[in-house]
Amino acid sequence: MKHEITVTVNGTKHTSEVDSRMLLVHYIRDVLNLTGTHVGCDTSQCGACTILFNGKAVKCCTMLAAQADGAEIMTIEGLAKNGDLHPIQEGFWEEHGLQCGFCTPGMIMASYDLLQRIPNPDEQQIRHNLEGNLCRCTGYQNIVKSVQFASKKMSGAPGDD
Amino acid sequence: MAVTRMFGASVKRREDARMMTGRAHYTDDVRRNHTVHMSVVRSPYAHANITNIDSSEAAQMPGVVGVFTGADLVDDVAPVPCAWLLPDCNLKVPEYRAIAVDKARFVGDPVAVVIAEDRYQAEDAADAVKVSYEPLDVVTNQEAAVKDGAPQLYDDVPNNLAFQWKLSGGNFEEANQSADIRISQRFVNQRLIPNAMETRGVLADYNPGSGSLEVWLTSQNPHIHRLLLSAVTGIPEMNIRVDSTDVGGGFGSKIPLYGGEMIACGIAKKLGKPVKWMESRRENYVTTAHGRDHIDYVDLAATSDGKITGIRVEAYANHGAYLSTAAPGVPTWLFGTMLSGPYKIPNIECTMNGVLTNTTTTDAYRGAGRPEATYLLERMMDLLAKETGLDPVEVRRRNFIQPDEFPYTVATTLQYDSGNYDAALDQALEMVGYEELRKKQEDLRSQGRYLGIGFSTYVEVCGLAPSSAAGMMGFQGGLWESATVRVHPSGKATVLTGASPHGQGEETTFAQLVSHETGIPFHDIEIVHGDTDRIPFGWGTYGSRSTAVGGSAIVYASRNIVEKAKRFAAHMLESSPEDIDFNDGVFSVKGSPERSKTIQDVALAAHLAWDLPEGEKPGLEDSYFFDPTNFTFPFGTHICVVEVDAETGTTEVQKYVAVDDLGNVINPMIVDGQVHGGIAQGLAQALYEYAAYDEGGQLLTGSMMDYCVPKFEHIPHMDVGRTVTTTPVNPMGLKGAGETGTIASTPAVVNAIIDALSPLGIKHMDMPFTPQRVWEAIQERKGS
Repeated sequence: MKHEITVTVNGTKHTSEVDSRMLLVHYIRDVLNLTGTHVGCDTSQCGACTILFNGKAVKCCTMLAAQADGAEIMTIEGLAKNGDLHPIQEGFWEEHGLQCGFCTPGMIMASYDLLQRIPNPDEQQIRHNLEGNLCRCTGYQNIVKSVQFASKKMSGAPGDD
Repeated sequence: MAVTRMFGASVKRREDARMMTGRAHYTDDVRRNHTVHMSVVRSPYAHANITNIDSSEAAQMPGVVGVFTGADLVDDVAPVPCAWLLPDCNLKVPEYRAIAVDKARFVGDPVAVVIAEDRYQAEDAADAVKVSYEPLDVVTNQEAAVKDGAPQLYDDVPNNLAFQWKLSGGNFEEANQSADIRISQRFVNQRLIPNAMETRGVLADYNPGSGSLEVWLTSQNPHIHRLLLSAVTGIPEMNIRVDSTDVGGGFGSKIPLYGGEMIACGIAKKLGKPVKWMESRRENYVTTAHGRDHIDYVDLAATSDGKITGIRVEAYANHGAYLSTAAPGVPTWLFGTMLSGPYKIPNIECTMNGVLTNTTTTDAYRGAGRPEATYLLERMMDLLAKETGLDPVEVRRRNFIQPDEFPYTVATTLQYDSGNYDAALDQALEMVGYEELRKKQEDLRSQGRYLGIGFSTYVEVCGLAPSSAAGMMGFQGGLWESATVRVHPSGKATVLTGASPHGQGEETTFAQLVSHETGIPFHDIEIVHGDTDRIPFGWGTYGSRSTAVGGSAIVYASRNIVEKAKRFAAHMLESSPEDIDFNDGVFSVKGSPERSKTIQDVALAAHLAWDLPEGEKPGLEDSYFFDPTNFTFPFGTHICVVEVDAETGTTEVQKYVAVDDLGNVINPMIVDGQVHGGIAQGLAQALYEYAAYDEGGQLLTGSMMDYCVPKFEHIPHMDVGRTVTTTPVNPMGLKGAGETGTIASTPAVVNAIIDALSPLGIKHMDMPFTPQRVWEAIQERKGS
């Protein structure tokens, strides 16, 4: 069965016809060709596909595209504005929070959600809140520092996201 | 040499810019028009005759382009090659079909593939392929597999023994006879699953008009894969392009060539269409090579004052159902040669039995053989400390090779380049506050609490490798590395490297190297890797070799550029090359620094070629092939502090200190990151990870829900320090950083836990130290 959906992704409105069973992550990757959102597992453990769905972090391999009708979505491609990196991206760059980069888009989107809820998290809060995102390269230590960097930068510049 | 601040600077990584904005192009992100998708039908049995395959229903399903069995492709795709042919050990390489024909030998062995217009359709149709099996008896454990009467995987591999490899130096038997102390211990080094965050995959696009094949591949060594793909598909090497520019982690698991990738290429040629296949994570668990899986019987001989006189290892490595590309070399040359560690051990004997079982293949996994050697040796050191009553620090010091003894040839014939083992140990002891920790341990013990301190004073072999050594070991390749440094007329440079980084950051560190050598600004240097159409042949990234070997090729090519440019500058300045100084990209006449030309001036002049110096050719480019004269031997000390909760069996890592000596360091930030990630993987072996099979050969830990890939809260904060002992093996004096953490950390964690539990009389337990296992061991001891 087909469904017509209208989704706003990174500020652009898309209307598409999708199969009932199409996963949202495949819609984003294969229909919209936004390939920054990655697929790293098939059991919703790894978090590589994390996006912001109506402002909240969601693993979009666990959702159907049909469920996204009317939703506002932000993917990694929508985070930098006019070529200026978001403070979270700056944090990952400054603190060497990525190596192979495959988990990074999901990790950044999950961090975005975390910093909305807890603007100044301590190390324990960062580790606890990001536990749904796996990284095999970094041992996590520099990701913690990346999020701390972003937190400082964002609280120092109120109103900037 | 030009002196700039690039060598040794924590420059931010340039590859990050595309990765953190979603603009990297991993294999699954590449798009080609008219792509069809492959899905694989896999055996649900670990050992079974395939009696019938009925694809009639599948072939009629929507979108299906074709269904292929192993028999259908026998003439199109040759068997999966094994590229490490151990000499002198009766090696038997069984036929490894990309799609099983007649018989399946592990759960996940491909029996057919379906090609359809989209992935959903391909998977639907794969479910509709009806395969009839006749199940056979199964064996998954390597010790069971070599026993008489065990199920046989192959008619021509008796007792499932693929090889028996031996190495010896000195005379262990004599040492053992005259020893004051003899210690024997069996170690299980459990099977691990690499779990790179990107699964394996391929997009293969064949153009029948030109006869060329373009392949986007999750590969650590695209040139090796191009060569092997050429061999198995019959497409000439020059007509194949492999692109592995962005790869989402490998850890060894993307070294081998696998059947899935071969089949996709073969079918792309057959259909004349692009074929894509990406593993699902569950497929990744059962079909991408696993790591470790040893059973090691170790005997150690020592004097009463704690000096080791000999070590003997009789071991069984589980290779799974087939011999993967590099598999035979891992538990042999990369293991047995490292049994001396940082210690003077005059008598060493190793026998390794390579065994085939009804399990997923094993191959290199981060460290590859060296973690297994380090683990058993560092555990034996602690058992020796216990036996002699010496502190684990003291027993290690008594056996260390001393700084003035390098180069030092160990009994296994390797010649260690350089080292200062006490210095790294001293620094680690200071960082961790050892004396106070022992006092704290005493206090806590009196309160019935279990604090433990564990050491690992390791040495590893990196910078693989002199090509002559590769040949001697039976590796079917060279291990030199290539570099081309091309300075453009504008003075900007493109560097082509045969190394194939996939997370290690060499787009940055290699640009630092070139900038350091030539004075060309960092931002004016592009590093190209992973694309076989752009770069000369190279051997790829593994064995902590990219910088030690590939970086050396870049340094020498850069120096040749500078030499040529100096001759041009001398000509332009009407001077002679001997009278030219070179500093930070500027050539100047000795004593008259105002008479100067920049390397950019020279690059332009060399390309215009209006006024060439006599005998010179135009252009400013050099290609260099660097073949090292020896391996490198990084070393260090890791110390882990744990407290075990006796009520729950839970281990809390309270402190982790790593002092590594990697020689000189180009980019400390990147090296720290490599060390962190390595420690996390090694620590996870000690505490969490374990590939478990049931008796029928089903992988019980076959998804991320069942196998514990560590999460944020599983990994402690790590304190990283360094000492610097340079190596004479390469022009940078550096040793390699990719695997140290994994090699060092596992025994440090295990030694800490055993130290914590020692008041209960526990001397050894096998990994992983899950709360249940620890709790049961404590209960057993308390009960007895």
